[in-house]
Amino acid sequence: MKRTAIKRKEKYQELDGVLEKYKGRKGVLIKALSEAQEMYGFLSREVLIHIACELDVPLSEVTSVVSFYSLFKTEPSGRCHIEICSGTACYVKGMQDLLETLEEEINIKPGEVTGDGRFGLSTVNCVGACSAAPVVKIGDELIGDVDSKRLKQLLGKYGHD
Amino acid sequence: MINLMTGLKERVAGTKPRERHLLLCGGVPCLSLGCRQVKEAVMRELDNYKLSGEIELLEAGCIGNCRLGPTLIVYPEGVVYRRLTVENAKEIIEGHVLGGRLLEHLLHRDDLTNEIQRRREDMPFYRKQQRLVLRNCGVIPPHIESYMSNQGYAALAKALTELSPGQVIEEILRSGLRGRGGGGFPTGRKWQAAREAEGPRKYVICNGDEGDPGAFMDRSIMEGDPHSVLEGMILAGYAVGAGQGYIYVRAEYPLAVRRLEDAIAEARKALLLGNNILRQGFSFDVEIRVGAGAFVCGEETALISSVEGTRGDPSPRPPFPVSKGVWGCPTVINNVETLANIPPIILNGGEWFSRIGTESSKGTKVFALAGKIRHSGLVEVPMGTTLREVIFEIAGGIPDNKEFKAAQTGGPSGGCLTTGHLDLPLDYESLREAGSIIGSGGLIVMDEDTCMVDVARYFSGFNRQESCGKCTTCRIGTKRMLEILEKIAGGRGTEEDLARLESLAELLRNASLCGLGRSAPNPVLSTLRHFRDEYLAHIREKRCPAGVCPDLTRHVIREERCRGCGLCHNICPAGAISKEGRTFRIDPDKCVDCSACVRECPFEAVRGRKRRKELTRA
Ligand SMILES: Cc1cc2nc3c(=O)[nH]c(=O)nc-3n(C[C@H](O)[C@H](O)[C@H](O)COP(=O)(O)O)c2cc1C
Repeated sequence: MKRTAIKRKEKYQELDGVLEKYKGRKGVLIKALSEAQEMYGFLSREVLIHIACELDVPLSEVTSVVSFYSLFKTEPSGRCHIEICSGTACYVKGMQDLLETLEEEINIKPGEVTGDGRFGLSTVNCVGACSAAPVVKIGDELIGDVDSKRLKQLLGKYGHD
Repeated sequence: MINLMTGLKERVAGTKPRERHLLLCGGVPCLSLGCRQVKEAVMRELDNYKLSGEIELLEAGCIGNCRLGPTLIVYPEGVVYRRLTVENAKEIIEGHVLGGRLLEHLLHRDDLTNEIQRRREDMPFYRKQQRLVLRNCGVIPPHIESYMSNQGYAALAKALTELSPGQVIEEILRSGLRGRGGGGFPTGRKWQAAREAEGPRKYVICNGDEGDPGAFMDRSIMEGDPHSVLEGMILAGYAVGAGQGYIYVRAEYPLAVRRLEDAIAEARKALLLGNNILRQGFSFDVEIRVGAGAFVCGEETALISSVEGTRGDPSPRPPFPVSKGVWGCPTVINNVETLANIPPIILNGGEWFSRIGTESSKGTKVFALAGKIRHSGLVEVPMGTTLREVIFEIAGGIPDNKEFKAAQTGGPSGGCLTTGHLDLPLDYESLREAGSIIGSGGLIVMDEDTCMVDVARYFSGFNRQESCGKCTTCRIGTKRMLEILEKIAGGRGTEEDLARLESLAELLRNASLCGLGRSAPNPVLSTLRHFRDEYLAHIREKRCPAGVCPDLTRHVIREERCRGCGLCHNICPAGAISKEGRTFRIDPDKCVDCSACVRECPFEAVRGRKRRKELTRA
């Protein structure tokens, strides 16, 4: 084994635990990628190479899957990740005001991370909580009926590291 | 069959909840409104009064009337306490549970008469519904013992002991059930085709992708009654001769994934999944596949690619999945709600089901109501119920004294219904005639403050982003459509642009590879058909009548919010703001759009000319 490969193996021991159960099985690439992303927060090129080697899938195929699905991220987000739901109900009920608030307050647009690495922002197609629109997801927590004022309070609450 | 059920019941023997118990709505909207915290507070109070051993606190799926959330129902009376906060926990336990007093201030009052409505049955929201699919949602916890105490898995036991696979299919054919995922294809015919198809193995897929951004009935069913979906899948497997099933759930629904995982584990333990189900010789198992954020994966051929673990690229049909699906084998794909309809049909007979609904559309449909509507949430009514009954009689109409303008159905593949359609019976055919589709049942209500050009632009932006790019027509067609709509919304449109939109729509409809591209023009065509005047106002008068499109909207003071403090008047550098009666007004001829007043107003009463352009999705 080449030196780089050995180093890679050492670094990704934890991931290997996950990949082990998928080896030789059909149709598991998306699952493996999701779990890797869960583990590291995003999928670096190195992680993708590792998955490709371990599952014996061409790297081109791995990257084509990663680029197809919007949930796979190849860049790290902020320490606190904010998702604004852009479903129809949220749109009709003013989710754009929330995006504007974030732009004004912490100078950030969807797909960006603040300079201090504290907040990351993205939109999500619909979390299915339409009756509590507009909805915001911060980390794993879903918060409904949010307006600009509430969002500012939430920034304060979640902004501490 | 009786023996089978008794044996089964012994295996899952759970304790029936006592008469006095509490039921909390644990649906996702309620979670987002703080029901977890309320739950913890109630548990603390139960502990405080040493009642934990005596009074059970159950968490159910979505009870449907989300406007009331977080909600706690006190049984046996069935009293519904609504919009609860952590502080209310103590008074409910002390006042109601211990003191036997009704807490009037926590009860729902009728929107019009202000009359107190204590129980679900008292509310028009529930009284006018017919809950078949949602029979268990928000009524019982999503566990096997509760499901079984409500006739759960009795249909499966009946089929395995009394009906041949062919008879199961006959029952479904007789019921007239059509797919609830949008297409409306007769379910019985699909099953029959899969049964007759040749293949080494066969598969059943439950489509839980629920891509329409504004629909949430499938989520609620998977979370609130996962066993009904499993039972429907096992029955489908038995009918077509499949041994393996997949449930494809979108990644945005983590709670649904968890509830389904639990349900699968419970079912396996009860010998309802796996080898030799209920020792009747039929084997079937189910695996969950979680999506990764791609709308097109709801389309059946794309979904199959995604289940196989690759990019969710659609492919041309035929071959249809019933002959060549997952791994090239015959595959039945059905929507969550379709499958949840199966157990009651098998139990009560297709004949019974076919008596509900209209001539061509049998049974009920669950609609997910959201947007500018008083009681947003899930409403299940017989097919053929009118839009007026759903919006005004069940869901309480439009809040804040606003006018109903349109209801959007079918999401990015659908269209809108207007005041002229209020008495239209909601079923597959009449919605199609009106230029929309029933779709998955998402129904977004819009009031006078919604701009229909903006709505068309929203859906076009969605379709453009979600176009997978495989076929050129859709990839470029959706982009051009969006560009034209942006031009119109920005006040740069011409009347030729409308004709251009129509011809692009024609092209997309005829030449796209899959349903995404073929239906992408629908929101545009439907708004053009019903709200052409609004498009023309944008084009000819450079005016957005609803005051939404940023480039065509000037600064205005919203009277209902203005307190007449005069801060805006003081700060305006152009002297454009003056007092008019109790409130202030902006003279559009003098206004220079600097937005100083927007920032100054402490009551957010000035609606500014927004800088925002296209919605950036990322
Ligand atoms: C772009 C597109 C998206 C779709 N999304 C969904 C979806 O999210 N859920 C669903 O059940 N069906 C969806 N469908 C319909 C499926 O292709 C398929 O017809 C359906 O799952 C069949 O189930 P049914 O007969 O029970 O309705 C979609 C179709 C298209 C063209």
